[in-house]
Amino acid sequence: MPLRQQIFAILISIVIFIVIIELVRKRKLREEFSLIWLLTGFLLFILAIWYDLLLAITSLIGASLATSTLFFFGLVFLILINLYYSIKLSAIANQMKNLSQEIGILKAEVRSQKTEDRS
Amino acid sequence: MKNNLLIVIPAYNEEKTIGSVIKGIRNVAQTSDVVIINDGSSDRTESAAKDAGAFVINLPFNLGYGAALQTGFKYAVRHGYKYAIQMDGDGQHNPSSLMSLIKEVEKNNTDVVIGSRFLGGNSYNAPALRKIGMKIFSIITNFITGQKFTDPTSGYRAMNDSILRFYSNDIYPVDYPDADVIIMLHQAGFRIREIPVDMNPSPTGKSMHSGLKPIYYLFKMMLSIFVTLLREPIRDKT
Repeated sequence: MPLRQQIFAILISIVIFIVIIELVRKRKLREEFSLIWLLTGFLLFILAIWYDLLLAITSLIGASLATSTLFFFGLVFLILINLYYSIKLSAIANQMKNLSQEIGILKAEVRSQKTEDRS
Repeated sequence: MKNNLLIVIPAYNEEKTIGSVIKGIRNVAQTSDVVIINDGSSDRTESAAKDAGAFVINLPFNLGYGAALQTGFKYAVRHGYKYAIQMDGDGQHNPSSLMSLIKEVEKNNTDVVIGSRFLGGNSYNAPALRKIGMKIFSIITNFITGQKFTDPTSGYRAMNDSILRFYSNDIYPVDYPDADVIIMLHQAGFRIREIPVDMNPSPTGKSMHSGLKPIYYLFKMMLSIFVTLLREPIRDKT
């Protein structure tokens, strides 16, 4: 890999790393989510400094170019992240449904309690 | 709230019909409580229901038919009702059939009683496309359960308290709970019966199924039935 490319890749991974740490520090990102992103930054860093590994993976999966290996895994990674968010969303939608139902029932009960007390 | 039967009616923008539905129930089943689940209506459904003498639970925003219905089931469990009946607020389900549903579920040899439009020579005219859909789900449900259901998509049903607890679980589908719920109940070993009921054509003309929804409905139901079959049967242990 040309030196310029390598420096660029290393810089990108370092920036990702710093941004994530900063987000967690400001409590804008929960530790739970930051783990995936830190892992992503780390992986990027490894691939940037260890070009032979990328070449090895490329020949392992039978790709012709190192760049296509990167793009392929990048896409797979994005799909997985999306799937993960879908799962999270389903869980959150379900929790929200339960909360709304509970609020509705409790409010109605409080209201009928109040009218009973008044009479 | 001293009766042992609760009638659960989810309502979303039904101000025109909800009042007469509640009055119709009052005429037939005096010894029952009525709860309206106002599913984030933007019209005067709440006051119309209150004026007719029903207990109203307001959901903070629109959750969908199944989730609204489930709110009523959860309420029934909290207040220890022995039986519950679910019906629609648009006037499609005729209150005159309430007593036969109640009698059937109180016999204690059944857990769920489904009111069928098609049993006992009842005539019910649905649009052709809807009829085909109903037929398909009828065939699938009959094949899986080995029991004959003429109207598995009917939302006019009576149930006892063990079903109410079962329905309060997170497994209860939030949108369009019908044929897949029958299969779920069958897998869990509950006893289901179908009896004839009277239904009017939906008077407001509006339906849950319009636009692209039938396609989503078909897909959702197929998937839901398929994964229900893949799951381990869930039996309520409480």
